[in-house]
Amino acid sequence: MLPPIRATQRMAWLMNPTLLLVGATFLASIVEAVEALTIVLAVGLTHGWRTALLGVIAGSIALALIVAALGPALVYVIRLDQLQVVIGVLLLIFGLQWMRKAIQRAAGQRAMHDEEVIFQRELDDLGRAGDLNLRDIDWNGFVVSFKGVFLEGLEVVFIVLTFGANANSAFGPATLGAVLACILVAIVGAVVHRPLARVPENSIKFVVGVLLVAFGTFWGGEGIGVEWALGDWMILVLASTYFVVALALVAVLSRSEARRTAAKASAS
Amino acid sequence: MKYLTGFAAFWWDFIVGDSIALAIGGVGVLVLGALLVRSGYPGVAEITLPVIVMSTLVASLVRR
Repeated sequence: MLPPIRATQRMAWLMNPTLLLVGATFLASIVEAVEALTIVLAVGLTHGWRTALLGVIAGSIALALIVAALGPALVYVIRLDQLQVVIGVLLLIFGLQWMRKAIQRAAGQRAMHDEEVIFQRELDDLGRAGDLNLRDIDWNGFVVSFKGVFLEGLEVVFIVLTFGANANSAFGPATLGAVLACILVAIVGAVVHRPLARVPENSIKFVVGVLLVAFGTFWGGEGIGVEWALGDWMILVLASTYFVVALALVAVLSRSEARRTAAKASAS
Repeated sequence: MKYLTGFAAFWWDFIVGDSIALAIGGVGVLVLGALLVRSGYPGVAEITLPVIVMSTLVASLVRR
């Protein structure tokens, strides 16, 4: 057992705001990176890695151009309270969508491994397109790969900008968290070469959804003029409360799903 | 026109996704909160915001 002074130092290191920021952007970004990887893998396996990687490069360049054009405007031109409101709304919407899906998956109302379904759907779509016109195969694959990287990448950019802007413009640590997530997912994709059924995606989405909604409520509230009594600690209170509510919803929905399944079974 | 529609569809899909209730709820929460703050009830908004956020989530799950 560590002596108290060591434990305190360790706790202080763990509660370091920079480290927390890197961790938060890492967790939030890894979900998006995993989704993008699914699509790129689907394209790579059906239309070759050159097409898939071309889409990845083009998507990344388009993303970089958008960030270069809009990033500074978001951070320096728009007032912080206005930015907090916009960010709060976006985080609330994305977070609530993630929470809803994660709750439905945990309660058995939605397929647990959506990524596997998405992967199969991408394969089917690409296969059908290939039957129609062979010359279009590469471009279809390119567009699918581009779209996947661009869309998911845009969400990562939103995460970096929002988390960074709300931590006194600490874009360095926020970017580091996102880059680490992307590198990790790329390595995993390269090594495993399989879609994402093995990654506990729902658990990640559940936790990240709760965190996004908590941050969205907090920042959105600050943006409209709410002065949280507990200051930044309110984020922890909000996240804990939302987590408990989400778990309760999973329990209620699981019971109702079990009843529905039993009723169906007895009727047939 | 086709590109304009595509552009609009992209943003609709990006922000609204598969649940318009959550998109409306996300905006509605802060609109309601702002109204409370401007009416001189910031303390009420502090309690009301999380409650409405969770109510929006519950409503979207019940509507399924």
